[in-house]
Amino acid sequence: MKPYLRSIKAKWTLQDYPDNTTYEAGYLISKNAGWRSIRPVIDTKKCSGCLQCYLHCPDGVISKRDGAVAIDYDFCKGCGICKRICKLKAIEMEAESK
Amino acid sequence: MNVNANTLNEDEFFYGHKACAGCGGSLAVRIALKVLGKRAVAVLPAGCMSAVGFNFPQLCFANNAIISTFAGTASMLTGIEAGLRAKGITDFVAVGFAGDGGTADIGIQALSGAIDRDDNILYICYDNEAYMNTGVQKSSLTPFGAKTTTTPAGGNVRGNLRPKKNMFEIVAAHGIKYAATASIGYLPDYMKKVQHASEIKGTKYIHVIAPCPTGWGIAPDESVEIAKEAVDCGLWILAEYENGIFSVNTKPKNLSALRTHIKKQGRFKHLTDEDIDHIESLRDSKWENGGQ
Amino acid sequence: MSREFLSGNEAFAYGIRLAAPQVISAYPITPQTIVVERLSEMVEDKSLKSEFIHVESEHSALSCAIGASATGVRTFTATSSQGLLYMAECLVYASGGRYPIVMMNANRSTALPWNIYGDQRDSLSLLDCGWIQAYAKDAQESLDLAILSYYIAEHPKVSTPFMVNLDGFHLTHTYEMVEVPESELVKNFLSDYNTDNKIDFENPKNIAFSAGPEHNFAFKYKEHIGILNAKEIISEAEQKFAPLFGREYSGLVEAYRCDDAEYILITLGSIFGLCSDVADELRNEGVKTGVLRLRYMRPFPNKEIADIARNAKAVAVLEKDISFGNEGSVYTNVNSALQKAGLSVPSLNFIGGLGGRDISEEDIREIFNKLSQGKTAVHFIGIEEGAII
Repeated sequence: MKPYLRSIKAKWTLQDYPDNTTYEAGYLISKNAGWRSIRPVIDTKKCSGCLQCYLHCPDGVISKRDGAVAIDYDFCKGCGICKRICKLKAIEMEAESK
Repeated sequence: MNVNANTLNEDEFFYGHKACAGCGGSLAVRIALKVLGKRAVAVLPAGCMSAVGFNFPQLCFANNAIISTFAGTASMLTGIEAGLRAKGITDFVAVGFAGDGGTADIGIQALSGAIDRDDNILYICYDNEAYMNTGVQKSSLTPFGAKTTTTPAGGNVRGNLRPKKNMFEIVAAHGIKYAATASIGYLPDYMKKVQHASEIKGTKYIHVIAPCPTGWGIAPDESVEIAKEAVDCGLWILAEYENGIFSVNTKPKNLSALRTHIKKQGRFKHLTDEDIDHIESLRDSKWENGGQ
Repeated sequence: MSREFLSGNEAFAYGIRLAAPQVISAYPITPQTIVVERLSEMVEDKSLKSEFIHVESEHSALSCAIGASATGVRTFTATSSQGLLYMAECLVYASGGRYPIVMMNANRSTALPWNIYGDQRDSLSLLDCGWIQAYAKDAQESLDLAILSYYIAEHPKVSTPFMVNLDGFHLTHTYEMVEVPESELVKNFLSDYNTDNKIDFENPKNIAFSAGPEHNFAFKYKEHIGILNAKEIISEAEQKFAPLFGREYSGLVEAYRCDDAEYILITLGSIFGLCSDVADELRNEGVKTGVLRLRYMRPFPNKEIADIARNAKAVAVLEKDISFGNEGSVYTNVNSALQKAGLSVPSLNFIGGLGGRDISEEDIREIFNKLSQGKTAVHFIGIEEGAII
């Protein structure tokens, strides 16, 4: 389980709001991809699946996949911690194309 | 079960939040929740993590999570724990995540009360050493010499004049069931402590150092490394307090690395060699005191 | 049912035992302390099954109650004066989150100068916090409000915290015979608290979030509608209460001999009895007087006040309160009700009893005397002869 993107309401009417300040957990309406100027790119050939990048990602956007890892670019902010933590240099930061 | 990157819960409970890139606090919250799992009820006071995680309708916690008043992290944890227990629910962890200001300044009274009552809660202080959410103002956990927006470094005063308050000893002095310090630079150690704390009945306190790239003047990709260095050069001591006994978990690897560690951080850029000598002497006196 | 000789505080504690909140958080402050002492004794002797939390401050008392309420259980706390002000931040938190916490407030003066005696400036200074505010007149009503308050606060159309105010010492420490209902009767009247506004492990919730300029207003509007809905639910609760308990209450106000009254004294709290006695005497002397007690300050009885004051020659508002730099807050509210109804009846404000100063029968006669002169003004009982507008 993890928070996930929902459809965005064009207009909120009074009935759409809860009567209190309790709402469905993990309700996302916006991505964080736009924050990024550089993006981590994984060289799966070099990746040993040690999972240190997965462990240290402040945004939790790196997940285990087939013995290696994958990045959710919708929510990656491009902080570069994953590149720095990777002892095998399997992650490079590349400029986001405009 | 030994919790590590391989065995860690693959669920993400803190996701899509708007914390700055490289935020140490968000990593501390994320990892603790992965250790605790979906039966964790998270309480977060006003501060960075609540501001970046709960902006209706963008709600970034997958588990039950609630914002408390700034001063009320511990007292709200107490109420939640009592309420769930009154309903006969016992398989949950009431966990608080408060920053340094929310813990050592405005929230210390409620925290002290909860420890005094030995309420069955886990309180995690993610310490980024200033009020970062409001734009880097000094808290009582801001270290000596740090430049903040309320302790400017000028010709007369060179940043914060007071050393960091010792929250670990303060909570231990209550005779708390379990207290520990941790660092996001040593996540396996932090995970182990969170796991251990969750298995103890009574009040538990974990103080995790969590650098803020924005407030510390470091690059976003440096926060984990800086947090590791702080431990390695002996500035931040990994320790535990349980059953009335203190234990130090690691010895510093490289005491002489303190100088470069300090100089890497924008908030210390203005410090003179004498200032850094003073930081060293503060560090050394702590180690002479058995690491406390 | 049993009859017992109880103080206002004790009667309230008896009422709370009957309502059986699952979590009680409390911190001592004069003149409220007896309530929490009695409740802790009840928990000790197991006549009340409740988690009793000894918090370290009033801020924590209410913060703890909010946390407990967020798990969906019934909660109670009590305070007074400086303690109420210290928890003020949590008052707006509880109402904004729509947590139906019941809190007893022993009305007491606020510092400086320090004073432990009764006036109503503590609660009246917090009228805008989004809490239902009721003011009891005697120990029996105190006990009954402890029960009624949960019915009203927890009603899904209301979901609003409820502050029951008892005049410090005058009511909290005064003993009278009180009918204590059987718990079975209360169980029939008050169903268990049931809400979706809570932590839920099957369908997890994010709670007490931020809402920016685009969304904030909708939440605040709904909060307002909730407390306005209390008018209807107060009436519903009292109609169900009367046949079960044998006592009738009259909604937002209690009118005494107001039907044909030319001069109406509007007040709140325990002074109502003395005011009614004076009204009786003046009636015997041929003056058509009446007394209107505001049982609730929020929601405010705009319509009820206007309906009753419609044919009066003048109305007075007697309150143990002042909003410095203006006038009594109750007076301001009453004038608003009159103005909205298009009534141009003269209204006089009498501010008295601050810091526990006695309001005598003579003072009340003097109020009616000034009322008959029909000149709108603000008077300070016992301070001066003149009046201030």
